[in-house]
Amino acid sequence: MTLSPELISGIGQIVAVCAFFLGCLLLSGVLTWVERKQSAVMQDRIGANRAKIFGLRMFGLFHIIADAVKMLAKENFIPKNADKLLYQLAPIVSLFFALIAFSAIPFGDTLVLGDIRIPLQGLNLNIGLLYIFAMLSLGVYGVILGGFSSQSNYSFLGGLRAISQLISYEITIGASIVGLVMVYGTLNINELVYVQGEYLWGWVPKWGIVVQPAAFFIFLTAAIAENKRIPFDLPEGESEIVGYFLEYSGMRFGLFFLTDFLELILIACLLATLFFGGWQVPGLFADGFHWFNGAVLHLPALLITLIRVLAMITKILFFCWFLMVIRWTLPRFRYDQLMHLGWTILFPLSIANILITGIVLLFIK
Amino acid sequence: MATINVKRKKLNFLERIYLPEVFRGMAITSWHFFKNIAFHLLRAIGFKHLRGAVTYQYPEEQRPMSKRTRTRHRLTQREDGSPRCVACMMCETVCPARCIYIVAKENPDPNIEKMPASFDIDLGKCVYCGFCVEACPEDAIRMDTQIVDIAAYSREGMYYTMDELLHPEKHGDKILSDPKKPK
Ligand code: SF4
Ligand code: SF4
Repeated sequence: MTLSPELISGIGQIVAVCAFFLGCLLLSGVLTWVERKQSAVMQDRIGANRAKIFGLRMFGLFHIIADAVKMLAKENFIPKNADKLLYQLAPIVSLFFALIAFSAIPFGDTLVLGDIRIPLQGLNLNIGLLYIFAMLSLGVYGVILGGFSSQSNYSFLGGLRAISQLISYEITIGASIVGLVMVYGTLNINELVYVQGEYLWGWVPKWGIVVQPAAFFIFLTAAIAENKRIPFDLPEGESEIVGYFLEYSGMRFGLFFLTDFLELILIACLLATLFFGGWQVPGLFADGFHWFNGAVLHLPALLITLIRVLAMITKILFFCWFLMVIRWTLPRFRYDQLMHLGWTILFPLSIANILITGIVLLFIK
Repeated sequence: MATINVKRKKLNFLERIYLPEVFRGMAITSWHFFKNIAFHLLRAIGFKHLRGAVTYQYPEEQRPMSKRTRTRHRLTQREDGSPRCVACMMCETVCPARCIYIVAKENPDPNIEKMPASFDIDLGKCVYCGFCVEACPEDAIRMDTQIVDIAAYSREGMYYTMDELLHPEKHGDKILSDPKKPK
């Protein structure tokens, strides 16, 4: 019995995508450790390092396990008046939509080995970009459900804050991407990455940050707001203005927590894919490295794919680090400042960006 | 109603567009990040005098204390081991927390009038002001044991009798290990 190339490609794709998902889930767990340690190092501290197994401390890495055990062992409390079904559904909805958004992220070029073609992407949609933003928007329902179904005034207020913030910034996110779509002329994320492999004037990579720098900053700001992290953490505000997940405990709270980190990774993926060329490495083409003087260093296809996947992973990790730096540097906005920033600054800026992009494109063509 | 007018600093254009200031802040925090990471790494490969953090990992690592820090009390002794204290009650009188309890008795030495029969300090009430040390005319009480981890599982555990005050070295680690102090 021989396996057809299609079958092998299919199995290969499933394995690769599973590895990618598993990697993202693991990374979201590790990010809880990174968050603690990075903030500690930034503030001249050591950070959590007391959890140990057999006298081993491993720089506090066991705190991830300790956290998980704690979350699972805690009481899963449901308020008496809460809507039982919706209350239990909310964290799952949040997590689900955050997770399936990952399926449209290409984490490498199609791997070609003779007849076998393994696309390193879960779902090659020609509206992939819209798909991801749709899933991000649907994730908001988890927050809304969580805030409204627990029948607590504080959760309700937190939910209200969350909704108005998320919906305001969603518009900005959508508008900031339009400029990019106009330049690249596609909504297919895979193609978006391919086009970013082109070069302006022969040497500047045509990455999103080069052709749409303003959109990058607008998207970054709005994305952090979507992620509900400091400086935009008004929906949560764990320490003082309790948020929409006030009534949640145990692993249900843990799911909300995990969703936050998954969304952080998703935003890192999006920043890397949309503005920093995805898996593209400057100078690396399908047949090897091209130097400035035209010399070509030929490399096998497998190695090139490996380098590109590694480049993507590096970019994702860099942006995770970068978003953490922002989170541990900036103070929180006041709510009116938040709305002011969203509606009167970022939104008009993103519209202006679309206009200017349109005019420039008109003159170039 | 009284109104307070808060004077706000007028921001210039660069500050108002926010981004340069954000980058300035992030430059500071990332500088700390990279500097500390480098120090941690250098320390790991042998440069022990470099510290990437200001943390003292407390139970294992004590913060160096000044000699003058007011720590747990002790009663000083004469050459024969009896307390120097003459039970003059100065410290008991001056103590703002009223946590010193002295019972006097006659001293067998004819040159000295009195000595304490019992001398107790309730460290649960003590505010570590050091007045007792300053009031003492005999240099009989001092706060220089450098013992700061004073804790107990009960109020009685914080009650120190004369023997414990005369021999702090014998009872230095007693408190943390024993849930109930033997009476
Ligand atoms: S240190 Fe102050 S409060 Fe404590 S016993 Fe001496 S005088 Fe009293
Ligand atoms: S002041 Fe000094 S000598 Fe007087 S009772 Fe107190 S410890 Fe003893």
